[in-house]
Amino acid sequence: MDVDRLNLPSDGDGPVFKEPWEAEAFALALGLHERGLFTWTEWADALAEEIARAQGAGDPDQGDTYYQHWLAALERLVQAKGVVSETELTERRDAWERAAHSTPHGQPVILKP
Amino acid sequence: MSHDNDDHGHDHRSSDNHWSELTLRVKALESLLVEKKLVEPAALDAFIDTYETKIGPRNGARVIARAWSDPAYKARLLTDASAAIAEFGYTGRQGEDMVVLENSAKVHNLVVCTLCSCYPWPVLGLPPVWYKAAPYRARAVREPRAVLAEFGVTLGGDVEVRVWDSTAELRYLVLPERPAGSEDLSETELGLLVTRDAMIGTGLALPVASLSKRGCP
Repeated sequence: MDVDRLNLPSDGDGPVFKEPWEAEAFALALGLHERGLFTWTEWADALAEEIARAQGAGDPDQGDTYYQHWLAALERLVQAKGVVSETELTERRDAWERAAHSTPHGQPVILKP
Repeated sequence: MSHDNDDHGHDHRSSDNHWSELTLRVKALESLLVEKKLVEPAALDAFIDTYETKIGPRNGARVIARAWSDPAYKARLLTDASAAIAEFGYTGRQGEDMVVLENSAKVHNLVVCTLCSCYPWPVLGLPPVWYKAAPYRARAVREPRAVLAEFGVTLGGDVEVRVWDSTAELRYLVLPERPAGSEDLSETELGLLVTRDAMIGTGLALPVASLSKRGCP
């Protein structure tokens, strides 16, 4: 394990989110916690489990995939809580993909009922 | 296969937005949760704004500078860190308790979260990438002196290194040693010497000489 792989910060703090989806996934967990869907300990456990699973599957886990694990933990936890089903998630994902493809650039992507 | 055309069989017209898989998954989850009234879009935006722009290591730096300049505050901070930090209005949403670890000439404290990335958000904002990475999480416990050396911190052999593993309920903040020659500095100036890494334990407070290099009037 060499220094470069540790990805040491050279100076200040940099952006805390690399892409908008990371910030959105982050906020969803906070919102659901505030709503009382899970305790913060439950959340930390789910996240730790997801990180261990990803490491087991070969993720070098350099910190850059952190919010992917965050999102996966969130998806699993809401399903475990019976709030959202896997089918709902899959169907909705496909619906967003169709909507994104059929929307001209520069216009907001809207999901039609 | 023909190389005459460059569209690779995929038509990139202007009406084709390509969202990443992760974006699609977040959008799916978010829209379902909003429909089920479990989250509110305005509240989500507020969380993002707060953590992206309003909370950062400067909060923690103010706490440390106060502790350096006010012995009574320092005593409160070391006795009941959550309450002393709340005097600044910095409180956690996750119900975690804060513990402040004081560095000295004999003891250097280093904070890690071995399992995920528990971090004192209210005082430090969100963690840097390396804090979330497996090498730091594993090596900080196994070989803290080697990790510290990579961060540029070399400690004498007589300094004891203590490593603290954060949890969902318990978060740590390191109170670095006050830099030599800082007796005449104001609390605001002292705050400028406190870095994020110094409060995690992967750094030391900056020397007083670094203030003049900032070119402040």
